[in-house]
Amino acid sequence: MTVESTAARTPRRAGSGGKRASASAKKSTSAEKDVARGNDVAQGKEAAQGGEPELVQLLTPEGVRVENEAYDKYVADITPDDLRVLYRDMVLTRRFDAEAVTLQRQGELGLWPSLLGQEAAQVGSGRATRADDYVFPTYREHGVAWCKGVDPTLLLGMFRGVNNGGWDPNTNGFQLYTIVIGSQTLHATGYAMGVAKDGADSAVIAYFGDGATSQGDVAEAFTFSAVYNAPVVFFCQNNQWAISEPTEKQSRVPLYQRAQGYGFPGVRVDGNDVLACLAVTKWALERARAGEGPSLIEAFTYRMGAHTTSDDPTRYRRDEEREAWEAKDPILRLRAHLEAEGHADEGFFAELEAESETLGKRVRDVVRSMPDPEPMSIFENIYADGHALVDEERAQFAAYQASFADAPVNAAAGGEVN
Amino acid sequence: MAVKKLPIAKAINESMRVALDADPKVLVMGEDVGKLGGVFRVTDGLQKDFGEDRVIDTPLAESGILGTAIGLALRGYRPVAEIQFDGFVFPAYDQIVTQLAKMHARALGKIKVPVVVRIPYGGGIGAVEHHSESPESLFAHVAGLKVVTPSNSSDAYWMLQQAIQSDDPVIFFEPKRRYWDKGEVNTDAIPDPLHKARTVREGTDATLVAYGPMVKTCLEAADAAAEEGKSLEVVDLRSISPLDFDTVQASVEKTRRLIVVHEAPVFFGSGAEIAARITERCFYHLEAPVLRVGGFHAPYPPARVEEDYLPGLDRVLDAVDRSLAY
Repeated sequence: MTVESTAARTPRRAGSGGKRASASAKKSTSAEKDVARGNDVAQGKEAAQGGEPELVQLLTPEGVRVENEAYDKYVADITPDDLRVLYRDMVLTRRFDAEAVTLQRQGELGLWPSLLGQEAAQVGSGRATRADDYVFPTYREHGVAWCKGVDPTLLLGMFRGVNNGGWDPNTNGFQLYTIVIGSQTLHATGYAMGVAKDGADSAVIAYFGDGATSQGDVAEAFTFSAVYNAPVVFFCQNNQWAISEPTEKQSRVPLYQRAQGYGFPGVRVDGNDVLACLAVTKWALERARAGEGPSLIEAFTYRMGAHTTSDDPTRYRRDEEREAWEAKDPILRLRAHLEAEGHADEGFFAELEAESETLGKRVRDVVRSMPDPEPMSIFENIYADGHALVDEERAQFAAYQASFADAPVNAAAGGEVN
Repeated sequence: MAVKKLPIAKAINESMRVALDADPKVLVMGEDVGKLGGVFRVTDGLQKDFGEDRVIDTPLAESGILGTAIGLALRGYRPVAEIQFDGFVFPAYDQIVTQLAKMHARALGKIKVPVVVRIPYGGGIGAVEHHSESPESLFAHVAGLKVVTPSNSSDAYWMLQQAIQSDDPVIFFEPKRRYWDKGEVNTDAIPDPLHKARTVREGTDATLVAYGPMVKTCLEAADAAAEEGKSLEVVDLRSISPLDFDTVQASVEKTRRLIVVHEAPVFFGSGAEIAARITERCFYHLEAPVLRVGGFHAPYPPARVEEDYLPGLDRVLDAVDRSLAY
């Protein structure tokens, strides 16, 4: 049994027999066959050794480029310039993230969900998208936002408490952060259904974590996307921990294998290998564009930090685990590769360090000068077409505020009317 | 002038047909809405005429229906999602309340999610459990949603088109036990604004406020009361959120007595909100406390006793008598 699916090319009917499955497997692309074969191997190995299945890796933790018959072609045109861009993305994303953690500690942000350790998964997949591809993130996709060109300081408003989202998703094709776990996978699926209806060849990518795979909405998103053959990529960052619960508390099977039951391919990739994440996501997006439907990518990575700044991971996991993952750090890995191949010199790293400092300073300055919203803004944008009760309560609250002796003269005018 | 006599179900069908015809972005989606035409045949023939791409049979998953409808709306579509029965909406409640209602505000107004959720609601059809509920208050309580319910064919026809044209999410409750009640629909008329209440019977002694399936019950009660020499005014709210308190207030200032009637349980029901606000607005006009007639604080009962649970003519008249006794 493989994770290769009959569903992508044949009408989706329950109970496709083995005969049909093998017939369609012959028609699959070489990449899919390799994925399927890889999973066969992985599952066999898993059964034999009781270990984890293999994952797609193009750069070893030591930064050595290894060949991969299935996925090499998706990064065949990567230049040293491109590698430096990926490196820069990861370094600046990590710096931005660290700055946000510090700002939370200083009381400038109420909360921050750090992406530390997941830079490769986010930058690799984010850089695989085209400008017209649409991203549906969780609340931790700071690296994907960066790749989509979202000003990182926009991400901070909701964590400072000045808004509940705040950016225009259509500017960069990057939907608002979604806090309730897994909901956005359905939005992504619906959006992708719309893309298909429009006859566009863009794709949609939905981010979620290992914990989200237990949510009904994710299961329903898998079902809907498969039934309608929607051009959506499900990008699961398995960072091993859903706050305090390890992945074993979410699933008895490796997460990428869930795809098999829904009739589309699933693949596990080394989530700390930016090149592999780029390649696998390109494969999945191209599949979606070509009308071959959804796919699931499980980026096997690690949340190096706490779940959020409110979390204390020492209560549920050991330091040794983190240390083991530190050896697989996504940034060090690419740096080792760049240096070994002579693709980057000291000047490049020094320049990047300076750029990183500049970014850090800008983030601090922007956050500290972010104004609190006006109280009357509570009544803004609740409805697109207005609502009598909102108008009434706005007027009442404005009159109440104006009733204080020290109220500004024009306070009774209230906020903007929708 | 094109005036047709249509049952409510058919008026809703015609309304969707007009909307599908007028705007290629309008989609109809839900369980069994396509080939079957819906379990009440409300979508009958739409898939045949507009295709599977626009009248979509969905997997049997309500959260999935709403979640994908939101995604389609974000892409520029105007989905009209059907929840097959009132009691089946709760798997989708999270998507409606947590996502649909808040998205426009979260994006500071930069995106719109014009999703209509059609829900056949209410009892009186002898159904098994979860098929007879009236959960409108659970949606009216949520900012970001609008909640409307027609009581007759003309409103069903026009209000659904207005809901589809609205840039806000609208929960459209359909009085399923009145689906086959016929009424005139003038398809050339200029409809009333979607969120305006309507006085459907003039009276002087007390005001009955109702919506959806209870409007007919209240009109019958007013007929019966007239035989006893009592003159009841009946206001059809049509819209529960926003709620047209001005029309109710004007009526109560005239009649000085108010009884709110709905199938939903009285406790924390829409009648409680109406009573509170009308008491604030009409304190010096009221001759009696605002009374409420509705469901009990009990699970919707088995069909064989539902007529005892649902407000009927006698329970409405009993409340009228109690009001007039003050």
